[in-house]
Amino acid sequence: MPEQLHALATSAAPGGRARSAPLMGDDTEPTLFELSVPGRSAVQLRTTGLPERPLDELLPAEALSTEALDIAEVSERDLVGHFTRLSHRQFSVDLGSYPLGSCTMKYNPKVCDTVAGLPGLNDVHPGAPASLTQGWLGLMVELEETLCEITGMAQATLQPAAGAAGELTGLLLMRAYHDAAGEHRTRVLIPDSAHGTNPASATLGGFEVTTIPTDERGLVDLEQLKAALDTDVAGIMLTNPNTAGLFEEDIAAIAAAVHEVGGLLYYDGANLNAILGVVRPGDMGFDIIHMNLHKTFATPHGGGGPGAGPVAVSTRVAPFLPGPRATKLDDGSFGWVTPEHSIGRVHGWHGNALVLARALAYIKIHGGDGLRRVSERAVLNANWLRARLDGFLPAAYDRMCMHEVVVTSSDLKRATGVKALDIAKRLLEEGFHSPTVYFPLIIDEALMFEPTETESLQTLEALAESLERIVQEAKVAPADVQAAPRTTPVRRVDEARAARRLVPTEDARHVVEG
Amino acid sequence: MLGFLGLESESELFDAIPEALKVVGGLALDDGQPEPDVVAAMESYASMNAGTSSAICFAGAGAYDHEIPPVVRSLSSRSEFVTAYTPYQPEVAQGVLQAIFEYQTLVARLAGLPVANASLYDGATSLVEAINLGVAAARRPGVWLSSGVHPHWRATAATFARGTGHELTEVPLVGGRSDFDAMDAASAPGVVVVSWPTYLGTLEDLAEVRRRCDELGALMVVAADPVMASVLKTPGSLGADVVVGEGQPLGTALSFGGPYLGLFACTMDQVRRLPGRLVGETVDLEGRRAYVTTLRAREQDIRREKATSNVCSNQTLMAVTAAIQLGWLGTGGLAEIARRSVNATRYLLDQVVKIEGVAPLLDGVPTARDVAITVPEDASAVLDRLAHEGFLGGLALESLTEEGDLSVEPALREKTILVAATERRTRHEIDSFVASLAKAVA
Repeated sequence: MPEQLHALATSAAPGGRARSAPLMGDDTEPTLFELSVPGRSAVQLRTTGLPERPLDELLPAEALSTEALDIAEVSERDLVGHFTRLSHRQFSVDLGSYPLGSCTMKYNPKVCDTVAGLPGLNDVHPGAPASLTQGWLGLMVELEETLCEITGMAQATLQPAAGAAGELTGLLLMRAYHDAAGEHRTRVLIPDSAHGTNPASATLGGFEVTTIPTDERGLVDLEQLKAALDTDVAGIMLTNPNTAGLFEEDIAAIAAAVHEVGGLLYYDGANLNAILGVVRPGDMGFDIIHMNLHKTFATPHGGGGPGAGPVAVSTRVAPFLPGPRATKLDDGSFGWVTPEHSIGRVHGWHGNALVLARALAYIKIHGGDGLRRVSERAVLNANWLRARLDGFLPAAYDRMCMHEVVVTSSDLKRATGVKALDIAKRLLEEGFHSPTVYFPLIIDEALMFEPTETESLQTLEALAESLERIVQEAKVAPADVQAAPRTTPVRRVDEARAARRLVPTEDARHVVEG
Repeated sequence: MLGFLGLESESELFDAIPEALKVVGGLALDDGQPEPDVVAAMESYASMNAGTSSAICFAGAGAYDHEIPPVVRSLSSRSEFVTAYTPYQPEVAQGVLQAIFEYQTLVARLAGLPVANASLYDGATSLVEAINLGVAAARRPGVWLSSGVHPHWRATAATFARGTGHELTEVPLVGGRSDFDAMDAASAPGVVVVSWPTYLGTLEDLAEVRRRCDELGALMVVAADPVMASVLKTPGSLGADVVVGEGQPLGTALSFGGPYLGLFACTMDQVRRLPGRLVGETVDLEGRRAYVTTLRAREQDIRREKATSNVCSNQTLMAVTAAIQLGWLGTGGLAEIARRSVNATRYLLDQVVKIEGVAPLLDGVPTARDVAITVPEDASAVLDRLAHEGFLGGLALESLTEEGDLSVEPALREKTILVAATERRTRHEIDSFVASLAKAVA
């Protein structure tokens, strides 16, 4: 590394290092139920002034439970202590870098929390008529138009609550499109590098999955793809850049070949963060795309959700979109309109509305140019990390990557017995979250790093130094790496025991332990 | 950093992308704006909505205006919960994992079943997953879906059945209960779904539903309200195989419909078909209690095209929030908001039926959550007038249901309003609402 750059990256200031080690609190925290003391309570309810009647005067006795359902009885102070201590046993983006590949764990601007908490957005009943919710409908229309501009599509539904829900919605749209043309197509093509949600969604969409192999470049094998195409093919699901972090350079040829047999192209937007303002799925030839707003547009991941997975489509698929959709009416007001050949609802109401509001705020802050800079920085960070790790954790494919890089530790494993999982666990001690491991499935001992655009050069350097140290340690003291982590709230957990002796609830523990 | 890579400009980072495909001249979006300007723009949108602070809420239908205290808002917005992701590395995710474990315990108790998952997107998608589970378990594609189930949930189930090929048949509601005698038993459904209470607030005879299911050899799926579940007999105790529900009433703001919380619980027999994630208790290397996602072999990232569910992200933050809210409510508090909600809704009903032309849709049928009332003219017009008086006066059944819906007599559909009062409604608010309704229908 050039000296000047090294000095910048390793100097004490400026530039924060987003890491957090060790986490506080390695004492076991009792459960809420174990903290319970009969008679304690935190609840306070409004004074209503209503005449109070007991339930047995209001509802038939045969419907009522005869005993109180046991929840827990704690004071407000104990409630706060409990959940605060739990939060101290939890890593998060706000604590440190979270380079979990495929998940785009970027920093989420706090201003979006303010937006999601605004009275008038946060406290609106979803069944309120359009006359009382013009702001929400207008917001949704603006977001839809914005997402269509970013992706190069014609119209969108905002209903799907997560990426996988978007995928299944997209496949149902694919089915409806072919059905309307009087064609019963049975197969969907999916590369072997795809996320597991793709084949699972295809099955739930009523399709058979044909797996397309990856070639030595790390890209879809174009010849194998062409060989699999016929008029039974409803379409193909592609992630571009793909899960190896590489751009599918043959996308124009792939699109032409799939369209040639009458199939549609589905774009899995998991990796959209790489290409904002650079290239658009619609311009690549895709017909249907889902976006993961929680990834690309920085809505916080919530420990596993909520996300939001809007689906945008080209003009010919638009008549089948789920409804009702927020729409600008001829008189300038907003209303709900269901497309003519709609597949129907895919959500109980209108989708994860507050996540949609957060995403729109994020997009407005960045603007068109800013979004392009997001992707430039994300791709630059990933490539810097790729080049920095090259001497000791080489990339699985030796070429420029996009927003994430998959490295392999298979040589290290052969030499030392230390596995990708061990490296991932040891990295936790260094104050970083682990990368995604053992994915994509086609790469041996894969470690997938997605640093995102929000991490500084100082953080990337600290991450690289940690990894370098771990690889050195593996060579001289492999057992130390394999013993990690030791400074986290718990050490490696017995997953086999969890499955064998299933304790999914407090009550099950009592049953299992007798 | 570019120099480190031997590059001269950012655009070289994208050399792998064919030139012909690239965006020329940038996206047609506005320039980025400073944060305060964006907040102002979003406030402008917010000002064009009537939230609970500007329109007193008498609407329900699965989304309720319950008390959410500062302590719950504060704890559930802790950034360790908010900015983490799925607990793939349990050693640094014990906080979220344990909170989910506590949530699973609470949902299982509300359902009266031994196991609950870590959440799904919302009540509607939980129902879809329950149908998928039930059909897989029964190995028969037929589903009898009570029209007492929320109309949007039924619509959602119909959408996803386009992909799975499941054969949904709706069961008419007569007197507030599913009329199974109207059904053709020869169609031999694998799954029967009812709601507890129905979306109209009425109470099914669940023991009778269980008996029907035994005759048919079908799984019994119950869509339950989680607040009412604390005072009603649990569906599990009355024989349900799967219980689903909308968890929004457990601490999540109305939020214009999302993010909400899909509740899902089932019997141990079905645990290997459970959709989504499941947290289990175990120990770490040193024998300390620890939590981890378990029975992972069910999930899409491992089973791929053989998976029975594609769920990856769920609604964990809302699940954690529900655990906090239930901790705040406690054993007595949850039952008390259930009782107060029923009491307030009954008080409201007793007052509005004194208005000429206003009547209960189902006279003399007890209701446990919402109640349906009929007005002498188009319900939407009446609600518009109430809105001018500062009330979200309920939901027009016409806006919730499609024409021909089997839950209501066709002649009454356009004249019916679904009303609900929670523990937050005061006597003064209800009396004012009743006075405004009297004026609106006069």
